[in-house]
Amino acid sequence: MQPFRKHTGLVVPLDRVNVDTDQMVPKQFLTWVTREGYGRVLFYDWRYLESEKPNPEFVLNLPRYRGASVLLARANFGCGSSREHAPWAVLDYGIRVIIAPSFADIFYNNCFKNGILPVTLSEQQVDDLFCRTEKQPGYQLSVDLEENTIRDAAGLEIHFTLDPHRREVLLKGLDDIGVSLLHEREIAAYEARMNPTAPLAPDATLYSAPAGQTAGKN
Amino acid sequence: MEPRTLYQKIWDTHLVFEAPGQPSLLYIDRHLVHEGTSPQAFSGLKVAGRRVRRPDLTFAVMDHSVPTKDRTLPILDANAAAQFDALAKNCKDTGVRLFDMNDRNQGIVHVIGPELGITQPGQTIVCGDSHTSTHGAFGALAFGIGTSEVEHVLATQCLQQFRSKTMLLRVNGKTQPGVLAKDIILHIIGTIGVAGGTGHVFEYAGEAIRALSMEGRMTLCNMTIEGGARAGMVAPDQTTVAYLEGRPFAPRGKDFQSAAEIWLGLASDGGATFDRVLDFNAAEIAPQVTWGTNPGMVTSVTGQVPDPASFRDPNEQKAAEMALRYMGLKPGTPMEEIPLDRVFIGSCTNSRIEDLRMAARMVAGKHVAGTLKEALVVPGSRRVRAQGEAEGLDKIFRAAGFEWRDAGCSMCIGMNEDRLPGGERCASTSNRNFEGRQGKGGRTHLVSPVMAAAAALAGHFVDVRKIL
Repeated sequence: MQPFRKHTGLVVPLDRVNVDTDQMVPKQFLTWVTREGYGRVLFYDWRYLESEKPNPEFVLNLPRYRGASVLLARANFGCGSSREHAPWAVLDYGIRVIIAPSFADIFYNNCFKNGILPVTLSEQQVDDLFCRTEKQPGYQLSVDLEENTIRDAAGLEIHFTLDPHRREVLLKGLDDIGVSLLHEREIAAYEARMNPTAPLAPDATLYSAPAGQTAGKN
Repeated sequence: MEPRTLYQKIWDTHLVFEAPGQPSLLYIDRHLVHEGTSPQAFSGLKVAGRRVRRPDLTFAVMDHSVPTKDRTLPILDANAAAQFDALAKNCKDTGVRLFDMNDRNQGIVHVIGPELGITQPGQTIVCGDSHTSTHGAFGALAFGIGTSEVEHVLATQCLQQFRSKTMLLRVNGKTQPGVLAKDIILHIIGTIGVAGGTGHVFEYAGEAIRALSMEGRMTLCNMTIEGGARAGMVAPDQTTVAYLEGRPFAPRGKDFQSAAEIWLGLASDGGATFDRVLDFNAAEIAPQVTWGTNPGMVTSVTGQVPDPASFRDPNEQKAAEMALRYMGLKPGTPMEEIPLDRVFIGSCTNSRIEDLRMAARMVAGKHVAGTLKEALVVPGSRRVRAQGEAEGLDKIFRAAGFEWRDAGCSMCIGMNEDRLPGGERCASTSNRNFEGRQGKGGRTHLVSPVMAAAAALAGHFVDVRKIL
């Protein structure tokens, strides 16, 4: 995972509460088996009209927001499905920072697995950023995770808080699995002590066909 | 020892490692896997040269994009076919047990886990699917995770977790006849909002919850995520124990008796404290129908489409305006006058045998409205389907003008060919009325199985309390 330290970029405002992950990556793209290439389909149904003609009314398609890398959003951003395709699409589109008054739990967690910084600010702070972004074409924000600050060219400076562990994961681009595997001794000790298999008493007659015998196609 | 909640007890039992300032490492008892969110996890594991630590605790199933018509035909969607092949190969290579689409135990992951007895009280259960909260009905700590965490669990059988806050939701008193678990949870979400539970684990309690069957409790816990909480739980009781006895993966004989004793001891201790406590009056809950584009946009069947101006918060006002535009609804329209194009009875929320029995009872000897284009019944699993056929439910539904399909997620998510066409309106027993959820431009109204069945007969919503 690429580390996150500092980022400066154009801000795009998505003025809608409760944006769900179904909107970020609709169902028809959930059959892909890769982690890449979802940027093109981010907000697909909002972003495109028939035959993938860009919807001129959707904010991401407005020329002034082309190349945006900071997403300004409303409350409960990323609710609904756990699909990690949503943060994959956000990142692949080029967005590194999402600022909102609140995030849904699973999406928030998924951001940290992908080097995206979700910043939680107060409703008033977010309202103020919406005003600034909409008033001023080319409005940029500089986000510094080492200092936990957001700044703009006009002298605005906002401090934000983030759980210290999550902050470290982003700053160092840590591999969670590698970190957990350092506890192999504790995991093995737990398994020896608790025997997690114990309640399982599978009935041997359960299977009409051995696992994996029939694939998706005939 | 301090009195502990059910959540705290499961947390304490599964703690592998903890250190100040870090997430704890929690052991995962059961990892459920489906074709949609696992391929990238298996390939990530392979690239890193890691193995599946506990294939014996991992169970895979094909459910999201499986066809519900004829499975002997080739899968036409090349991407979906490749994804099925990837899951079959990944399971074969790593020794993970797979219920493929032709297995007689196949079904929606959150239906088969419980019905096979893989899901048990006191366990930690995860799956790359937000509706994993369903399994909390058994007094398990169960929640949805992203694909990176699927990979993490495959590799370590553990998850890094921060402790959640807890919320006790008491539903006191008795529900009216015709008011089901689906109405209870929609009413709760309508009250607390779709972000009301963020950061919390719910525990449901109270007389109306105790009175629910396991199927009802699963419906309740299933939609917990729609209220923003990742997990919802109901303390195990005799209903839980009776459901699990004799299930293929449940313990047997003396082992079952000793397991049951442990399960019954999991309930939150008297005096255990929760971060928040909410009380609801079951008798005040009417059958619910959603009018908007998230499950919190809901009202009673006797209510009307709200006026966006009636919302205090300007962001909510704007959201309601957009929702009504998408849904093609006018403020003030009585919910009972909304005409329907299709009806879908299915999904991990409401496709279990009890759901189908109740819907079948409603439509027996009657026929769906002539104005309906389609009425679908999609059993949650092949076991449910077989049970339904043994009871003659398929004949009742077919005679009433419904289609009786094979098991899968189907039109809840529309990853197979079962989709709601743009501009059409559907009464659905599923869990999400998000824009485009059932099909691009499709308009979803979430309801209980009896409300869906009654709506199919009338061609519009009706208050089932008047006809039961």
